[in-house]
Amino acid sequence: MADSPSESIDVTYVADLARLRLSPEEIATFQKQLGDVLGYVSQLAEVDVSHVSLLGEADLKNRLRADEVRPSLPVAEALANAPVQDNNLFVVPRIIE
Amino acid sequence: MTSLTIPELRQKLSSGAVKAREVVDQLARRVEAVDPKLKAYLHLDVEKSRAGADQADTSLPLGGVPIAIKDVINVKGDPCTCASKILQGYVAPYDATVITKLRTAGAVLFGRTNMDEFAMGSSTENSSWGATRNPWDLDRIPGGSSGGSAAAVGGHEAFAALGTDTGGSIRQPAALCSCVGLKPTYGRVSRYGLTAFASSLDQIGTFTKTTEEAALLLEIIAGYDPLDNTSVDRFVPKYTLALHEGVKGLRLGVPKEYFIEGIDPEVEKAVRAAIDVYKSQGAEIVEVSLPHTKYAVAVYYIIATAEASANLARFDGVRYGKRASNPKDILDMYGRTRAEGFGAEVKRRIILGTYVLSSGYYDAYYNRAQKVRHMIAEDFRLAFQQCDALLTPTSPTAAFKLGERTQDPLQMYLADIFTIAVNLAGICGVSIPCGFTSNKLPIGLQIIGRKWGEETMLRVAHAYEQATPWHKEKPPL
Repeated sequence: MADSPSESIDVTYVADLARLRLSPEEIATFQKQLGDVLGYVSQLAEVDVSHVSLLGEADLKNRLRADEVRPSLPVAEALANAPVQDNNLFVVPRIIE
Repeated sequence: MTSLTIPELRQKLSSGAVKAREVVDQLARRVEAVDPKLKAYLHLDVEKSRAGADQADTSLPLGGVPIAIKDVINVKGDPCTCASKILQGYVAPYDATVITKLRTAGAVLFGRTNMDEFAMGSSTENSSWGATRNPWDLDRIPGGSSGGSAAAVGGHEAFAALGTDTGGSIRQPAALCSCVGLKPTYGRVSRYGLTAFASSLDQIGTFTKTTEEAALLLEIIAGYDPLDNTSVDRFVPKYTLALHEGVKGLRLGVPKEYFIEGIDPEVEKAVRAAIDVYKSQGAEIVEVSLPHTKYAVAVYYIIATAEASANLARFDGVRYGKRASNPKDILDMYGRTRAEGFGAEVKRRIILGTYVLSSGYYDAYYNRAQKVRHMIAEDFRLAFQQCDALLTPTSPTAAFKLGERTQDPLQMYLADIFTIAVNLAGICGVSIPCGFTSNKLPIGLQIIGRKWGEETMLRVAHAYEQATPWHKEKPPL
């Protein structure tokens, strides 16, 4: 990977990856604003990071818990905020034809 | 009464001079008088708070004390919109751990405070429900993202409030509204029940009038929680007992990279004067260097947006919140729900975060930012070998005017230039009042402590507070 990132961003493509439908006006505005931000963050390319390893943080260790059934939110409460629900389930548009 | 500190209020409550319900009533009257101007609260159910007050056990450490909560922390049965349209109508089905702890300590929950949408912003102008105003000048922003909590405490329409700090969202608004704003060490306070923005940076903290109250609240909300695997199982000291030892013999570091071009001369003058106060109290002042400071904002806007793009994927119109009407298929539902529900700044950050994590750009942006983050943390580790705490400005300027930076996201991001590195390093910081500009706008002094160094940091803050009058001044409301 190149060390000098490109300062342009294909907002339409990335918004699609992020499941975000933007208007043409938003795309134009964000293109410009995010171009400025990327220009700013590209200064990180000048830092020599060759000696930094992100592995082996000394004070980090796995924390495991027993795999046991515990009381949790009742189904009715878990569903209470759902926009559409039926028969104790969240309802979404059909995804398989 | 609403100008009392928590210890003063506690004394009145425990002696029976005042009933918890009267405290709620007085506070509600203050809200009625000043909140139409400040707009610090998004939601307030006074009846519910009165009921809470009636049940409060005034023998407990916070018995009968009303506390306001930023609208990003879940309180069972209350709305929790994160100031976003996408969560309009959402009612929290459970309590965050900090809320359970406040309830156990006898606190009365009082109102939900305004914020930048999903805590993304430095001015509280990104709220979907309208901007909050600064109690010291209603034409100016209160800072952000916890601007509602800061304005409520600064405007004496809350005794204390909880906020969250991902890149300065407690300390910067505290500085701009003349409060004490505490961001604890990462892992000190459970994040269970906090709606996540950037999980490796977010931390819950407090807004109060004084350092002593910050210490008291931290004692109550800190501690390991099995429901948050990033909280750390470590002894919680009695922070209130460590306040009074003074700074004689302490070494306080002044990082030269925090006094740069672009800092308001009045802010620099006030912070330099604060450093002189410490000198006169017997602290040894040492100049230190944090050489990678200038990269902190860039690192932050890669890491925070990357984490946000993942965390905010859960808002998809399926389990909670709003769903776009008549979706033709599931992608249409996701795309339109999120387009209609999120505001501009949230969309910008989701796009930036998705981009820096996307195939082909991950190494150049995200991976590199993580490495520079590591170097920033290392800068602090080395600096703390020479000193016990650091002294810096909290914000490069006092409060700016509403609308001044909304069209230029990058300028807005630079408001957090002195607070962001603390989150990246996972250490603690507190902002305390240290003076006013010639326009009578508050200025904040930031004291940065080492990891788990809250006791020393708060002791340093308290020593300055005892010697200066700033925290006693009231806004012209």
